Amino acid sequence: MTRTVESAPGLRLLRPVSPGQWVGLSIIAVWILLAILAPLVSADPLAQETAERLSAPSLAHPFGTDQLGRDVLSRVLHGGRATLPIGVTIVLLATLVGVPLGALAGFVRGWLDEAVMRLADLLFALPALVLALAIAAALGPSVSSAVIAIAAVMWPRYARLARGQVLTLRQREFVLADRATGASPAQVLWQTVLPNAAPVVTLVAVLDLGTATLAGATLSFLGLGVQPPTPEWGAMVSTAVQTPEAWWASLFPGFALVSFVVAVNLYGQVFDRKGLGR
Amino acid sequence: MTDQVVTPAPPDGAAADTRRPLRRGRRGGRRRSITRRLVTLPFLLLGMTLLMFLISRFLPADPAVAFLGNNGADNQQAVDAFNAKYGLDRPLWEQYWIYLDRLLHGDLGTSISTSRPVADELAAAFPATLELAVAALLVSLLIGIPLGILAAARRSSLLDRLTGGFTLLGVSMPPFVLALLALQVLYLRLGWVAGPGRLDPFLDPPPTVTGVMTVDALLAGQPAVALDVLHHLVLPAVVLGIIHGAFFARVVRSTMVDALRGDFVRTARGKGLPGRLIVGRHAFRFALIPTLSLVGLTFGELFAGAITVETITGWPGVGRYMYNAATKLDFPAVMAGTLLIGVAYVLVNLVVDLLYGVADPRVEEAS
Repeated sequence: MTRTVESAPGLRLLRPVSPGQWVGLSIIAVWILLAILAPLVSADPLAQETAERLSAPSLAHPFGTDQLGRDVLSRVLHGGRATLPIGVTIVLLATLVGVPLGALAGFVRGWLDEAVMRLADLLFALPALVLALAIAAALGPSVSSAVIAIAAVMWPRYARLARGQVLTLRQREFVLADRATGASPAQVLWQTVLPNAAPVVTLVAVLDLGTATLAGATLSFLGLGVQPPTPEWGAMVSTAVQTPEAWWASLFPGFALVSFVVAVNLYGQVFDRKGLGR
Repeated sequence: MTDQVVTPAPPDGAAADTRRPLRRGRRGGRRRSITRRLVTLPFLLLGMTLLMFLISRFLPADPAVAFLGNNGADNQQAVDAFNAKYGLDRPLWEQYWIYLDRLLHGDLGTSISTSRPVADELAAAFPATLELAVAALLVSLLIGIPLGILAAARRSSLLDRLTGGFTLLGVSMPPFVLALLALQVLYLRLGWVAGPGRLDPFLDPPPTVTGVMTVDALLAGQPAVALDVLHHLVLPAVVLGIIHGAFFARVVRSTMVDALRGDFVRTARGKGLPGRLIVGRHAFRFALIPTLSLVGLTFGELFAGAITVETITGWPGVGRYMYNAATKLDFPAVMAGTLLIGVAYVLVNLVVDLLYGVADPRVEEAS
């Protein structure tokens, strides 16, 4: 049985309240919709028109074409199909690793707590993106390497968060009551503590989506994530760096990335002001 | 007076996570006493080497392939020689010991793509990154501090709103997109800044003393060369400076808003001091401390941002070196570069903390 208390904020936290949040949420929704509908509404992102290489934006190609004569608009729309799920997967993976580890560490304490938290300290002490680059390079360039590498440097965040939540919650009356009724430690953790920690963790995960998406696109930009010719925003910018005179080939995918992250952060700003989420 | 010790968030997240720059209260180990930091430093550095050792030992499918490349790995003799040379046939702890021993002797391995010692190549590239990081930091403080102060002093004004938009954009912008935009606008369209590279190819580089080219040129008495290097430095420094300036603006604004609510500000107002003096002297001094403590953390982001920005602007630092190494899967170079950046980051933060302790005696009490 799940026991939640009145004071626990619940997922109501995620409901947008300010106009800025609605704008952010709408932009996120539009990008998700475009990513889903891309095959229906746009041309083949891999089709090359050799005669049309690096042509400036026009009616036929509103975002121009890249160095292989591919339609940049179609590639931007299809790019979301790679960029956005990568960000979501990174956050999910980091949560799935970090939350159980942190919750267990906070619940059991002792050497496990020490070990997990010292490892977290160590990972925090290195610039995250640099470490992710090293891990991704070690794993070999691929989408899954990039996802694993970024999740590997992100999970300590969630471990700390979950540990903090567990440490606070374990002293609360409803948890003590649960233990007093004879529930096993595992039951207390799984049925009472974790459900009550879930809303805050979810909130942080949603807010982290922007950071994770940026990191994923950056690794793809560095050639360690999505591989050509698959369209992805970071990788598209990377290819287009070779042809600086064709500004459209790099700036449109770049702006797509920025607009999505701005939207996520716009949605998250209100939580910052309330001091929620950590 | 608001007596909270304002602690910055740890450099977490995978990218420029500047969303929640301030933490109040005593949680987290960052602002604990300097002594504790000095004691943990050797363990931190040792932990870093262990981490890099484990990554390079376990993550590649076959270390011999990773270090020798595919051609080398086809040759069984070469593989055996490699394994013997690096002691890969010995127990794990012994291998780590060998790795540490090599590190302590300045041996960071040999680059696969250039066959040169990685330590030499990194030693040549590091001063350039340091030069860029310091320049970018100056730009970011010059942007962030005035903007933050003005926005806090005129809350809800148009300027405050614009600053809010700027910070939102700044924290959402990956450095590589801004670098491209700046390259397009400032270099290709307007021609205001020098293009890719560190020095005009027609100029001779000054003799290397510090490796920081502006300093070396001045030491050699060549102001024209120093000026040209500065001209090339503008583009990458402005790109990184804008992004981190947005971050500083947000921090300065929020601490200034807190400071302006403080009792000491009310007292100053009660005394009839002019508003400019209150904002510029009383409140700012209060807000400056947490801002300065973020300088160390910003270095980590600057090093990370340097990877893409140096690559796009052709600045020959560690970032570009690591990009080239990563794209060529030059594994020893990537691992050594990561270790170098990690150590540099830890040491920079230690220095900032020491200075911070001098600037703010409350630090010792806060542990």
